[in-house]
Amino acid sequence: MDQTVAASGAPGSLADPGASGSGPATQSRRAARLTGPGVLRWLRRVAGIVPFGVYVTLGLVIPMIAVAIGAFQKPNGGGFTMDNIKTATSGVYLHGFEQSIILSVVTAILPGIFGLLIAYAIFTARRGAILRRVAITASGVFANFGGVPLAFLFIATLGSSGLVTQWLSDLGFNPYDHGFNLYDLGGVAIVYMYFQIPLMVLVILPALEGLRPAWREAAENLGARTWQYWRYVGGPVLLPSFLGCVLLLFGSALAAYATAEALTSGAIPLTSIQIGSFLNGDVIPGQENVGKALGLGLVIIIAVAMVFYVMLQRRAAKWLR
Amino acid sequence: MAATAAASSLLLAAACSSSSSSSSSGTSSASAVNWATVTSASAGGGMNALVAAAEKEGQLNVITLPANWANYGTIMSDFSAKYHIHITDANPDGSSQDELNAINQLKGQSRAPDVVDIGTAFAIKGDSEGDFAPYQVATWSNIPADAKASDSTYYSSYGGYVAIGYNPAKVKVAPTSFASLENPIYKNQIALNGNPTQANAAFSAVFAAAIANGGSLNNIAPGIAYFKKLHAEGNFVPVTGSAATVESGQTPILIWWDYLLASEVQHGGVPGFKIVIPSDGVYAAYYDQAISKYAPDPAAARLWEEYLYSATGQNLWLEGYARPIELSTLVADGTVNQAAYKALPPTPSGSVQFPTQAQQAAAETTVAQQWSSVIG
Amino acid sequence: MAAIAPGGSGGMESPQARGVPGGRPPGLTLPIWRWVILLVAGVYFLIPLWAALRFAGIKALGSVVTQAGFGDALWLSVRLAIVTTVITILLMLPTAVYVHLRLPKVRRLLEGITILPIVIPPVVLSVGVLEVAPAYLKSTPYLLALIYVILAMPFAYRAIDAGLRALDLKTVVEASNSLGAGWITTLLRVVLPNLKTALLSATVLTVALVLGEFTMASLFLYQTFPVWIVVFDQTSGQISVAASLDALFVTWLFLMAITVFGTRQSRRTGGGEATLFSVARQETRGN
Repeated sequence: MDQTVAASGAPGSLADPGASGSGPATQSRRAARLTGPGVLRWLRRVAGIVPFGVYVTLGLVIPMIAVAIGAFQKPNGGGFTMDNIKTATSGVYLHGFEQSIILSVVTAILPGIFGLLIAYAIFTARRGAILRRVAITASGVFANFGGVPLAFLFIATLGSSGLVTQWLSDLGFNPYDHGFNLYDLGGVAIVYMYFQIPLMVLVILPALEGLRPAWREAAENLGARTWQYWRYVGGPVLLPSFLGCVLLLFGSALAAYATAEALTSGAIPLTSIQIGSFLNGDVIPGQENVGKALGLGLVIIIAVAMVFYVMLQRRAAKWLR
Repeated sequence: MAATAAASSLLLAAACSSSSSSSSSGTSSASAVNWATVTSASAGGGMNALVAAAEKEGQLNVITLPANWANYGTIMSDFSAKYHIHITDANPDGSSQDELNAINQLKGQSRAPDVVDIGTAFAIKGDSEGDFAPYQVATWSNIPADAKASDSTYYSSYGGYVAIGYNPAKVKVAPTSFASLENPIYKNQIALNGNPTQANAAFSAVFAAAIANGGSLNNIAPGIAYFKKLHAEGNFVPVTGSAATVESGQTPILIWWDYLLASEVQHGGVPGFKIVIPSDGVYAAYYDQAISKYAPDPAAARLWEEYLYSATGQNLWLEGYARPIELSTLVADGTVNQAAYKALPPTPSGSVQFPTQAQQAAAETTVAQQWSSVIG
Repeated sequence: MAAIAPGGSGGMESPQARGVPGGRPPGLTLPIWRWVILLVAGVYFLIPLWAALRFAGIKALGSVVTQAGFGDALWLSVRLAIVTTVITILLMLPTAVYVHLRLPKVRRLLEGITILPIVIPPVVLSVGVLEVAPAYLKSTPYLLALIYVILAMPFAYRAIDAGLRALDLKTVVEASNSLGAGWITTLLRVVLPNLKTALLSATVLTVALVLGEFTMASLFLYQTFPVWIVVFDQTSGQISVAASLDALFVTWLFLMAITVFGTRQSRRTGGGEATLFSVARQETRGN
């Protein structure tokens, strides 16, 4: 919806139509653009993002180049080598990528849905300004909570002698006797939700503003049932933002490591923990470049996720037309 | 040359706190000395010159020294009080790699670390990178030959044994060895402090377990197999244990350095906490001291080292339940703090072997590859 | 925990579809599912907090706050948070608006760029920055603030982007222009008021990030609030747990102050703000 609006440009509006197409007219236009006022116009067009571009170059591109270069270097800055890449894509490190991806996908989609539900529940309440304010701020706090303190919270709750475990045992159902374990991948996922759900609430919130109540009333007046409203009105409005937020959650889960580290002490292979042991550990010196190779792997995974994301967005836009 | 050095160090040791010094003039020569290149107190004009220069600098940057790690809190405050030098302790929870990074990245900044307390594997790395300045403390000869670098860039400071700590309130049957930990009565109770691929203490615990299970300094794999078995039996929980998890009853048995079990758990909220060195797997390690080549406060850095290796400093470490490297000299000289010495867990009989650099590197690789198979 | 989630089979189905027969006015049945969700969320988020509080004890909470260094560390973090938030918003908002309006093809690229910082290991980021940063920057903690802008970028951009998608930006801007407003006026008096929620989300996320960021600050050797909470002289496990609970609470109070301040500002600049299209305020929303 938004893409088509933006792409079409009424003449004289602020939104210039982007140049596209082919043919002699375009080619001469292209040639003209390399000289004179065309260049100036192009420069003015991109000027708006120059500050951002500079910032990103300094703060993002340069470290990423450092990672990429380091991934291919021998230890102690020797020469070029593929060894780091080979190490990073085999054995326990390959397993680490698998586990990280599984964990991140699960803790992107599930909290995505719960977060959306919670955000919708809170922010469409008729009265409840205080609840909203508390929810926004609490979400901000929890979204950045993690590591050892968060691990302790859950150890004290769902650990083998945790509060809830005791309650459930008293009721006759000890989860640990039925295969539950806080210290495996499933348990780590449950703990990850503690910061993933609030993150979702916060980033999907502005999108909920886009659901005008007038649309809801209009749909009802036309006799639409609830699911029809969501299928034809609510869904299409929210879906692009929802997908974007899920992508963000995926990245956030991939990068998180302090919580998993505190819960499992590295006994489950996760890429972010493995990077930590190479780049700022106390045991293995001199292998930072393997750590950088693993980091490069994470960047590639995110890039691939972006590709899926773009594909999904396109298909969603077609679907829900 | 050596004779003069020995003679002056004897003199200095005897007259450390007296104001008259055997060397030449005081402050005027100190200001002409570039303490960043001085390799011993005597070479810089004597201990008093060093003290004067350090006090003039007035500032010392240390890194990764938690207050209740081997009594560093008291050591830092005592040093500050004695010499009126303000100590800034940065990144107390950091790792050895963080220390090397800080030396390199903060070169030329006044916040850069002056001295480091670092694991041996990283001391070797820092030395090869040229991060350290050679320096010999006054009591240099009391440090065993295999506990100091040949180029005097790093030297062992304090250490301890891998030990099993347990809370008797929750643990009714006292564990005594790695083998005893397999008793099903300890279900869900045993934890390590950290990730063996990342934390020195946890790595050492795996090494000790290896020795207890048919491995050796050349072969750490049995240690990993041991923890895998312990986990399959349900006794080992992979969570990172700490004073909090012991106090809250989640991990009543914790395998860690003996001095940290003492200072952080026993004296950090679990008074009845008991510490025992496992009878079947004896493993000890020392940490190293080094002075940064780019130290912004070179005289203060050197004075700090002199303080740490004086009887006062060594005893302060002892009071932190750690074993200072010059312990045997202190005992022989009668300058050891007897109460603190007796408070240590009984030293296991026999001499301790330390892994060579090659053995350590091989073990690290094995652990890195196999540790995550403990759970899968 | 997944087993306790309210009914339904997951996926993008509507919440109301869960067991609600069609045709009935939604207002009657909504409150039920709303309370179920909030109850489950409340249980999940509050019980672990309570378990930790039980262990630490109220007294420990108080003793942390009175420790020397608490105030200094908090003040440093607050200053960093202010600088970071201002720079982030100044950087991301115009860029996002500009791209939405004029360079729609770049939008995907922008999304990709803004999500990358999330996966770069903090150590690498710090090494990279420390190598290119000039000496005068390296000696001030505000270098951290500049880096935090990079860390906040994914979250701030996502919030602003969601807000922009909810807004019919092009139409609004065109209308504003046709009424004779210039770029700045349009941005400040038309676009900005409609992005209140997005900016609030972005601000909350950024401030909370700065008040909770530990790794980079400790690598740069600064004692910001989250660093201090971890490293101050802790005499027992209870104190360390109490410290982390205190950190949560203090951060939450600070964020509450921001939201109160933000709302009061908007009431002062007047509800009679000349927005061309009134986006319904949440208070007037029906279901």
